[in-house]
Amino acid sequence: MAGLHKSEFTNPVINWVDSRLPIFTMMQKEYGVFPTPKNFNYFWNFGALAMVNLMIMIVTGIFLAMNYTPHVSMAFDSVERIMRDVNFGWLLRYVHANGASMFFIVTYIHIFRGLYYGSYKAPRELLWIIGVVILLLMMATAFMGYVLPWGQMSYWGATVITNLFSAIPLVGDSIVTWLWGGFSVDNPTLNRFFSLHYLLPFVLVGVVFLHVAALHVTGSNNPLGIEVKGPQDTLPFHPYYTVKDSVGMCVYLLVFAVLVFFAPDFFSAPDNYIPANPLVTPAEIVPEWYFLPFYAILRSVPNKLGGVVMMFGAIAVLFVLPWLDTSPVRSCKFRPIYRQFLFLLVISCIVLGMVGAHRPEGIWVVLGRVCTAYYFLHFLVILPILGKLERPLPLPESISRPVIAGGGGPLPGGAAAKPMEKV
Amino acid sequence: MADSMTATAPGSHGGAHAGQEVTKRDFLKLVAGAGAAVGVGAMAWPVIDSMNPSKDVLALSSIDVDLTPIQAGQAITAVWRGKPVFVRHRTPEEIKAAESVPLSQLIDPQADKARVKPGHDQWLVVVGICTHLGCVPIGNKPSDNRGEFGGWFCPCHGSQYDTSGRVRHGPAPANLAVPPYAFETDTKIKIG
Amino acid sequence: MRLFPLAAIAALAAAVSIGPARAEEVTTAPLPHQRWTFDGPFGTYDRAAAQRGFQVYKEVCANCHSLKLGYYRDLKGIGLSDGQIAAIAASVSVPTIGEDGQPAERPGLPSDHFHSPFPNENAARAAMNGALPPDLSLIEKAREGGADYIYALLNGYSEPPAGMKLGDGMNYNKYFPGNQIAMVQPLQNGQVTYADGTPATQEQMARDVATFLTYMASPEMEDRKRIGVKIVLFLVFMTGITYAVKRKVWADVHH
Repeated sequence: MAGLHKSEFTNPVINWVDSRLPIFTMMQKEYGVFPTPKNFNYFWNFGALAMVNLMIMIVTGIFLAMNYTPHVSMAFDSVERIMRDVNFGWLLRYVHANGASMFFIVTYIHIFRGLYYGSYKAPRELLWIIGVVILLLMMATAFMGYVLPWGQMSYWGATVITNLFSAIPLVGDSIVTWLWGGFSVDNPTLNRFFSLHYLLPFVLVGVVFLHVAALHVTGSNNPLGIEVKGPQDTLPFHPYYTVKDSVGMCVYLLVFAVLVFFAPDFFSAPDNYIPANPLVTPAEIVPEWYFLPFYAILRSVPNKLGGVVMMFGAIAVLFVLPWLDTSPVRSCKFRPIYRQFLFLLVISCIVLGMVGAHRPEGIWVVLGRVCTAYYFLHFLVILPILGKLERPLPLPESISRPVIAGGGGPLPGGAAAKPMEKV
Repeated sequence: MADSMTATAPGSHGGAHAGQEVTKRDFLKLVAGAGAAVGVGAMAWPVIDSMNPSKDVLALSSIDVDLTPIQAGQAITAVWRGKPVFVRHRTPEEIKAAESVPLSQLIDPQADKARVKPGHDQWLVVVGICTHLGCVPIGNKPSDNRGEFGGWFCPCHGSQYDTSGRVRHGPAPANLAVPPYAFETDTKIKIG
Repeated sequence: MRLFPLAAIAALAAAVSIGPARAEEVTTAPLPHQRWTFDGPFGTYDRAAAQRGFQVYKEVCANCHSLKLGYYRDLKGIGLSDGQIAAIAASVSVPTIGEDGQPAERPGLPSDHFHSPFPNENAARAAMNGALPPDLSLIEKAREGGADYIYALLNGYSEPPAGMKLGDGMNYNKYFPGNQIAMVQPLQNGQVTYADGTPATQEQMARDVATFLTYMASPEMEDRKRIGVKIVLFLVFMTGITYAVKRKVWADVHH
């Protein structure tokens, strides 16, 4: 019959569906036989883990929403009712709350992977940009979710973060009033945050789909950062990477389970078990750990608008990263100098995280400013210049090349004879 | 799998090794697959169970009803587990009418004696939900339309119940349910 | 992997600079860590201690502090029987609306929340010289240090150090942030008479009530840990199996 897709599945039911809607062919193509570089290390697990994490968040979130009441006088108690009375409610809530932290751990590692192996470079610029959009959506979703239990940290976190927009000249205060739906964070704010917190994850699913679609056009980067030269360099996604991702997923679930069952409040602030009080700000107000570096950047600038601009700039700079890095070589394996600077960036981010957790006084102010300066210096100055100056180590000819030359003599290009990372 | 092992001739070490390798791998995959299935099942259960009645809902499982204000011929509606419960003070005529109906005439045969507590014939306690599709029948006030049989009349689809809460005219398939209850004193019952 | 001199220097610099403790924290004494039966992955609540703690709560704390997220039925988790719980609940009266539509009272039921000493925050402040006794339902989770904090605070009263001037109606407590607390020392030796004959020392009562309040904050803890142990063991097993499958699948890939 004309118009029907020629399905190769032998099962008659699958064949019937597939002829009319080739989803099985698509799955087979994208996740079955999809040619994947054979030299991935375990860093390449984290994209799949993030996707699993998103699913866990959506499922637990849907069931939590069935028992949550978005009203300032009932929200806190409704969360406690989930903890105490709803069957396995404590499990749903602890998985969801710790799931947010796990999501950011996984995503930050995923981003580090991208930075280390140059996954953002041509032709994967759009793939990277979509990834930054995902990060932004995650942050917005996490922030609004943290407001929902309506504890002290929820309330004051919402107040401080929404007040960031008041730094905008002329219209700032109007925007904040609009965000609040009133003259302080109150019931209208809680209701709209709940609505958006429910909506954004589904937007995230859509953007993640685009992220994966873009990935499957260019194909994955790999630890060597060189293009796939032919079938000898790849393996079918299934079973090689399905099973490898499964190993990573077990370890991930293990860490997740230890958190949820034995240290469920490890990442949370005790103050959020105190109901919101609009008249009393807690003595130590800190955002969730995954926002701390950004919070530190905000506080490092002694000017309201300047701080806000720098904080948003810290993410904005990631959008143009593919064009800031002028080096033609992707992987840090072959960029020994850049690798040093990248580790410096990681340390800066960690120190910024610690700065964000402390009151801005004494040494913390200095550290915050130094690390903020380095963060921007790294992206805006070091990357463009270093790309031109650095002499990268010689690249291997292909992914499978060092393997073929395996136990034999020296490879062409000497320095590249380093054994491949074990997969 | 068993074939691939036994078919390998003794002595050909390489072959036997390969056969065992395949078997071992398949076995491992089987265990991993079964484990994953168990894991997914175990993850699904808490999510499903969270939709069952929660502890605070289950804890409200009993209520006390004071019978003194209910006049003969009248009924009140109490709320038990979010459902209406009719508590009706029956007149002697109504009791007689309920007791004298031959069971053969009933859609859902049940004696009146089985629907009230011994010694408390005048008190009928039923869940006020039509067994057809869940509407609340009318008939608690003597002035209400109680249907042909003097009990309750369901406004949704015309089911009629008698003075024992038994269905006498379709489409409802069963009698109004009698909830678990007990007399704490002659004038007080505990439902649930 | 080679060393990263730049990174190492930066890390060292960061570590050195973070070293000194913060100056303003010296007034509040560090919490001594106690051993609790509910510590660790296999920890459970000491039922006897929690029941004694409930007695302390009921006879001492409840005069000022609410426990409004708790239900009387929650006492089942510390080993009280249905009959005991019904009797405890029935001993308080709960506001309701009478048949005549007027405010009335009825005996409490196991399904009722714990009775609060004050009808609202204003009433509490009015009776308490302006201070608000916090609700204790989540106090263990809402304070840094949890049960250790409760225990330390209840034992932390003493005369103020020489030269320290206390505010009006304030008391010195070395574990309270700022060292000035509105609550007078609530527990004295022999304040309650334990039914099980345990000597009611201040230290013992503090320990018992900390156990009870920890239970009230996390009544799910025993279930959580019991399930958690099984799940962790299962995941360890699955990690092993999956890794073995991965090794087999990848065995024929040359690298």
